[in-house]
This record gives sequence, C-alpha cells and structure tokens, in this order.
Amino acid sequence: MSEIILSARNLTKSYKQRSGRFGLGTMLVKALDHVSLDLRQGSTLAVVGESGSGKSTLARCLLQLLPLDAGEVLFQGQDLAKLSGSALREQRRYLQMVFQDPFASLNPRMRVGQIVGEGLLIHQLGTRDEQHDKVVRMLQRVGLSEADMQKYPHQFSGGQRQRVGIARALVLEPKVVVCDEPVSALDVSIQAQILLLLKELQQEMALSYLFISHDLRVVRHVADEVAVMYQGKLIEQGSVESIYDAPAQEYTRNLLQSIPGRRALAA
Amino acid sequence: MTELLRIEGLTVTPQNAPDKLLVNNVSFTLESGKTTCVVGESGSGKSLTALSVMGLLSSQLRLAQGKVIFQGQDLVGISNDELRKIRGGRIGMIFQEPMTSLNPVLTIGKQIGETLIVHQGLRGQALKARIAALLEQVGIPASRANSYPDELSGGQRQRVMIAMSIACEPVMLIADEPTTALDVTVQAQILALLNELKTRMNMAMLFITHDFGVVADIADDVVVMFRGEIVESGPVADVLHNPQHPYTQALLACVPDADGKRPLKPIDYAWLNEGAAA
Repeated sequence: MSEIILSARNLTKSYKQRSGRFGLGTMLVKALDHVSLDLRQGSTLAVVGESGSGKSTLARCLLQLLPLDAGEVLFQGQDLAKLSGSALREQRRYLQMVFQDPFASLNPRMRVGQIVGEGLLIHQLGTRDEQHDKVVRMLQRVGLSEADMQKYPHQFSGGQRQRVGIARALVLEPKVVVCDEPVSALDVSIQAQILLLLKELQQEMALSYLFISHDLRVVRHVADEVAVMYQGKLIEQGSVESIYDAPAQEYTRNLLQSIPGRRALAA
Repeated sequence: MTELLRIEGLTVTPQNAPDKLLVNNVSFTLESGKTTCVVGESGSGKSLTALSVMGLLSSQLRLAQGKVIFQGQDLVGISNDELRKIRGGRIGMIFQEPMTSLNPVLTIGKQIGETLIVHQGLRGQALKARIAALLEQVGIPASRANSYPDELSGGQRQRVMIAMSIACEPVMLIADEPTTALDVTVQAQILALLNELKTRMNMAMLFITHDFGVVADIADDVVVMFRGEIVESGPVADVLHNPQHPYTQALLACVPDADGKRPLKPIDYAWLNEGAAA
C-alpha cells in the first residue's frame, strides 16, 4: 500500500434549503455528515452515489472551493481548511479539478492557449517562453495540437473540450486531481478515449485521482478503491473488488443490481 | 405477430442543405407487444427517426423521403389535425426530461386529465376516477393527483409522464431516452414499469437510447444507427452477442462491463472508415 496523500477527517457541511409550498419554509440539508476518507498516492479513489448524495459537495469541499462547517483536509502535512489567501493558493497548484461539463467549465471568450496557460501565469511558473512550451507539450500530450491554442472552446467537440479541461488541470503538474463526473456528458466511444487518457496520464505523472461518478460501470474500470455515499454519509468503502464482489450494505447491493445490462453484457 | 408500424426509406435533410442526409434511407418494422431499441451515439439520427414517426420534426428539417405506415395508414403527409388525434391517442410519447415536459403551475392530476378530456371527452367523476387509476398503474398513490411537479422526485415525474402517455391506451409507445436523466436505481424501476406496461397492454414500444446496458434490459429487437444509417438490426441476443458490423462491434467494446473484466477499447474511426470503404 502506498502512502496517503490526501486525507479528510469528519467533513461536515449543511445547506439551508427552501421547502414547503412556495418555498416559505427552510430546512437544513446535511450534504456531508462526518465524512472521512484517505486517498493513496498514485491510486484512484472513486466516490459513487446518486444525485443528492453529497458527492459533488465532497469534491468541492476537499479543494476548499466551498467552505466546510467542520472537519479537516490534510494535504502535505497541512490542514487545507485552515489555510487562506496566498498559502491556500500555493497549495491549489497541486490540487486540480476536471469538471463534468466541458461546455460550461471553459471560458467561451478565451482562446485554448490562454485557458490552459492561465494557471501557469497565476502561479508564475517559468518565463513566458517556458509557459508557452509547456502549454504546447501538454496539448499535444492530450491529443490536441499547437494550432489549437488559437481556437476558442466552441470550435471543439465535447470530447476535445474535455481534453482541453484535462490539459488545463494537468499543465500545473498537480499531485491530486479531483475528476467530477469527467465522462458523463460524453458519448460512450469518446468516454472510453478519455478514460484511457486519464489512466495513461496518471501513470506518467504519478497522479492521485479522486473520481466522482454515478456510473458504476465506469467506476469498475478506473477505481482502485471505492467509497459509497448515501444522503451525505459515507456508508461503505473498500477495494473495488471487495465492493463489487461482496458489498456489505443493502444500498450498495441495490446500486449494483441496478446497473443496466449487468448480466447480459458480462464479459 | 402483428406488424403495427412499418418505416420505409425514411430520409431527413436540413431544409437548406438537401444533400446532407441526417437520416438516410432508414427502414424497420415494429410489432405489438415487442420493444425495438434504436441505439446510437449523438448525431446518429436516432432521435430524428423517432420525431419523424411522430411528425414532430423541427421546421428547419425536411422529411425528404419515406413512409411511416401505422396500422395501414401512411402518417407522412396527413394533416396536422389528424396527426394530433393519433399522437396522445393511439401513439403515446415519453421524453427525456420530465421536468421540462411538465407544466410547473398545473397539478399532475390536471395534466393527466388534459389528455383524457381532449381525446376521450371524459368529465367529472369519470375523469377523476380514470386519473386515479392511471396514477396507481404507474406506482404513484392516487392522493398525489393534487401535487405540483416540483413536489415530486425525478423518478415520480417520469412516472407521471408515463401515466399521461398511456392515458388513452395507446397501441404504440415512443420513448426517447426516458431514463437518461435518472439515477441508476430509479432507472431500473422505470424500465421495469415500462416493460410491465408493454406486456400488459400489448403495446409496441419504440425505445431510443445510447446505452447498450439499457438495450440489454428492455429490447426485443435492436436497430443500430451510425451517421444517419442503419448499420445493423436484429433480435437483441444476436446483436449484443454476435454483432456483425464493425461499428456495432467497436461500439460494444467501448461499453464498460460491470465486472471490469473486458479492457476498454475506444473506436478506431480510421480503421472503421477503411472497413466501410472496402
């Protein structure tokens, strides 16, 4: 077992939600209820759950994109929840995110070269020439070309845009990448390409992935470990084999039973 | 085996680009009591095929050629009034997004009732009783008839859509990705419900999906579309386990299996194009 690179302890986060007719009442929703997990260096931890289970809140809270109510996120010996300003920004370089919707997560007014290079600029990594070279190399690595730097996001297909999103995250040479449903908006043939690309890059760059997904077929292929979320709680976690072959919780069993075409499409 | 619908040589083009064949010479048939899945990736023409059958193509598009013979009558070229009587009557429809398909300011009972008033002229107690019966049929307590769509979960909304679509006891149901927006456990419930209704009402179902897993669970017959054309069709077991066309083979190889035993293989389009040319 490799060492733990990111560790979350007792993460708690509640939202106020309008409820009742005309939304006159409010009710407290526990999006994260004492969630603890460990991500191991170089491995993929998949967080699975249905809508409203809190998995995307977890992703955002881990990266401090949303403030936590309580709990700590330990990364490189520091509690990210306690960092602020420049100290947090410094760590963010090592913690990147790939988003679900490559249509919504890329600025339509920026050229791809700017989008991918922006992180390097913000973190002041290298000279302008070095930054340019890095962007070119990264784009080529994800299957795009130098000429694509001059293009705008709308000139690309969904799969290519997700490649831009991956290049944007990885050009900073992060250690941890949170992938929030990175392939669920893509056609199945494109999905396979992107999953394989993510796997290759993980090996080349020694990345650790936190992979948020509702698709248990995809998770079976990418994950080393799986954590199952239900109503803000982490109800079960373990190696991908143990969860799929011998789920302990009724809810997990139900999820696995619901995979469409499970028996008919078995290899 | 009663043939209910026969699609012949269906061809759809944009109004302003008659050479661009979005749906190209598509033909297949539907039988009562059977589900035919049209499967393909985005841009394959699967949804346009369904829309053409219902006469709901957008004004930007043109049904350039083809026949849609439903119970012996060609639906192509008949008047909108006649089509409207058939849609919601003998042909039921369900779409992907239950929230955008429902009116947020009307109770679900009212919305189910609209269909019954228009097509069957039901009123008063008879109408109320029929709405209650329909809700029960799709697994929603009849007491929820006075609820608004935002008070229901996604799965319940899709059940309401199904209640509306079967209100007039259609002989055919057209479902365009009806479970794509739903959670996996809810999807399994909705697929089971559709299957049950199909059998009980002996409906023919035209089911559009991009997911081979869903195909495996619900289809009797499969039509695989690629770039506007049918590349392969046949009984579900044949297509899934013994695919003949290189595109079907490649598409199946991209689908992650639930046991993680088969390595993922992306489609090699260069090879496929060569194969198609050869």
